[in-house]
Amino acid sequence: MSAPGQAIGAASTSRRVKDLAFRVAMLSCLGLAMLLLGVLIADVAVDGIGHLSLDFITSDPSSTASQAGIQPALWGTIYLMAVCLLFIVPVGVATAIYLEEYADTSKWWNRMIEVNIQNLAAVPSIVYGILGLAFLVRGPLSLGQVVLSGGLTLGLLVLPVVIIAGREAIRAVPSSIREGSMALGATQWQTIWRQVLPAAVPGIATGVILALARAIGETAPLIVVGAATFITFNPDGLASAYSAMPIQIFDWVSGRPSSPENDFGPLAAAAILVLLALLMSMNAAAIWLRNRYEQKW
Amino acid sequence: MEAGTAAGAVSRTPVLGAARRRYGEDLIKGLLVLASLVSVLTTTGIVISLLGETIVFFRDIPILDYLFGTRWSPLFAPGSFGVIPLVTGTFLITGIALLVAVPLGLGAAIYLSEYARPRTRKLVKPVLELLAGIPTIVFGYFALTFFTPEVLRNLLSMKVSIFNALSAGIVMGFMVIPTIASISEDALRAVPGSLREGAFGLGASKLQVSLRVVFPAALSGIVAAIVLGVSRAVGETMIVLVAAGQVPNLTADPTKPVETMTTFIGATAKGDLPTGSIEYKTIFAVGTTLFLITLVMNALSIRFVRRYRQVYE
Repeated sequence: MSAPGQAIGAASTSRRVKDLAFRVAMLSCLGLAMLLLGVLIADVAVDGIGHLSLDFITSDPSSTASQAGIQPALWGTIYLMAVCLLFIVPVGVATAIYLEEYADTSKWWNRMIEVNIQNLAAVPSIVYGILGLAFLVRGPLSLGQVVLSGGLTLGLLVLPVVIIAGREAIRAVPSSIREGSMALGATQWQTIWRQVLPAAVPGIATGVILALARAIGETAPLIVVGAATFITFNPDGLASAYSAMPIQIFDWVSGRPSSPENDFGPLAAAAILVLLALLMSMNAAAIWLRNRYEQKW
Repeated sequence: MEAGTAAGAVSRTPVLGAARRRYGEDLIKGLLVLASLVSVLTTTGIVISLLGETIVFFRDIPILDYLFGTRWSPLFAPGSFGVIPLVTGTFLITGIALLVAVPLGLGAAIYLSEYARPRTRKLVKPVLELLAGIPTIVFGYFALTFFTPEVLRNLLSMKVSIFNALSAGIVMGFMVIPTIASISEDALRAVPGSLREGAFGLGASKLQVSLRVVFPAALSGIVAAIVLGVSRAVGETMIVLVAAGQVPNLTADPTKPVETMTTFIGATAKGDLPTGSIEYKTIFAVGTTLFLITLVMNALSIRFVRRYRQVYE
C-alpha cells in the first residue's frame, strides 16, 4: 500500500524541483529581456543627457559638435507628421468604414482589399521608400525631395495601422445602435456619421496616434526619398526641402568623429532622447484616450 | 381596428419601397470605395515600381549572374552583380537575431501567460508594446556605440571589427524580442483554461501543462509570431546600416562586417542617383529580391497558421 504513495511522493519532489527550475528559467527570460532593453535606454540617457538644453533644440546643425542643434530636424518632423496625419485620417477612416459597413465580404474584390491590407502591413519599410522614390519623388508625380513626398511616403507606410485599428473600433459598436438609428428613418450614411463614428472615435484616435508614433521614428524610407541630412533652415511649406529627427540622428551616428573633441555621438544620444520623449508622450496620450473613453456596450 | 391598421400598412408598402434614390448616399459610398482603393494602388505601385526598373536592370545584367553570382560590387566599373553575399549577409544577421529573440521572447511569453500574476501582466504587457515601438535607429546607435565596444570588445574581449554582423544581429534580436513575446503571449493566453484544468486534473505538473499542453495548442500563433519576427529582421534597415558595415563579404564569420540587402538600398539611395543609371536600377533589383523574400515568408506564415490553427469553442 505504501509503495505507490512513496513513489508519488518521490516523484513530486523532483517534479517540484523541475517545476521551480522551469519557472525560474522563464522568469529570467523575461527579466533578461527587460534588463537588456533597460540597459539600452540607460545607455542612451547617460550619453545624451549632458547635451540636452534649450540651445540644442533651437540651434541649427553645425560641423562643430558643441554648437550643433536639432531645430530644422524637429520642424521637419512636425511638418512630416502633419502631412501624414492629414493623409491617414480621411483615407484610413474611409477605408475602415467601407470595409466594415458597406463591403460585402462574399465578393472577391472586397476580400482582396482585406488581404492586401494585411500584406501591406508586412512589407519592409524601406520598400515604401522605393515606392516613394519611384512614384512620388520622381516618375508620375515628380514632387521632388520635399515635405509632401516624405510625409505621403510615411502616410502610405502607416495607413494599414489606421485601417486595422479603425475597423476594430467600428466593429465594436453594437449593431443594435445601427438598427435603432435605421428604424427611426436615418439613412445608412446618417447612421454611420451620427451614431457609429462618434462612438468609434476614441478607438480610431488611439489607432491614429499609434500610427504616428510608428511614423515618427521611421528612418529608412526617408533616407531613400531624400530627406536632407544637413540643412540650416526650417521647412516653410509642403514644397520645401526638409530634414527629420531620425535622419539627423542617423547622420550623427554614422559620422566618424573628426577629432575626439568634435564627437557627434553624444549629440545623437541627446536627439534620441528628444525623439523618445515625443514617442512616450504620444503613447501616453493613446493609453489615456483608451482608458478614458473606452466604452463597454 | 387591428385589421384596418394592417391593411393601411400594406397599402403603404409600395410607397416605402419606392423611396427616392438618395444620390448623396451613392456619392459617399463611391468616395469610400475610392479611399479603400488607395491601399490597393499602393500594392500595385510597389509592384510596378519594383518590377519596371528590375526588368530594365535584367536587360543589362544576366539574371543568372545576379542570382548565383558570389561577388557584389555594383558601384565599381566593371561592376559585378552577384546578389548572394547580400542574401547571406541578411540571413546571417537574421539567424543571430533569432538565436537571441526566440528563446528570450518565448520564455518571457510563457512566464507572462502561465505564471505571472494578472497585475504583473497588466504592467509588463504595455511596457513590451512600448519597447516594440522604439525606433530602430536607437538600436543601431546602441549596437555601434555600446554593444560592440563595451560588451563584445571590453567585457568579452572578442576581436571584432567596429562594424560586424554579431553585434548588429544580437541587438536586432533585442529589437525583435518584444514582438515575439507579445504576440506569442496572446496565442498562449488564447488557449482555453479548460485544457489546463484537464491536464492538471490528470496529475500533470505546471511544467508539463505549459510545455506539453498549452505550448502545442498555441503553436500556430507562436510560429506566426516568429515568422513576423523574421520578416521584421530581414526588412530591418537602420541597425545594419549603422552597425554591420557595408562590405559585401561572403562569410559566415559574424565578427566581420557584412552587407545586407536593406543596407545596400539605404546606403546607395542616400546619394542622389540619376534616374536610369545602373546604380539606380540596382536599388530596384535588390528591392524586388527583398520584397519577394518577405512576401513568401508572409504567405508561408498565413498557410501555416491556417493549417495548424486549433479552434476552441
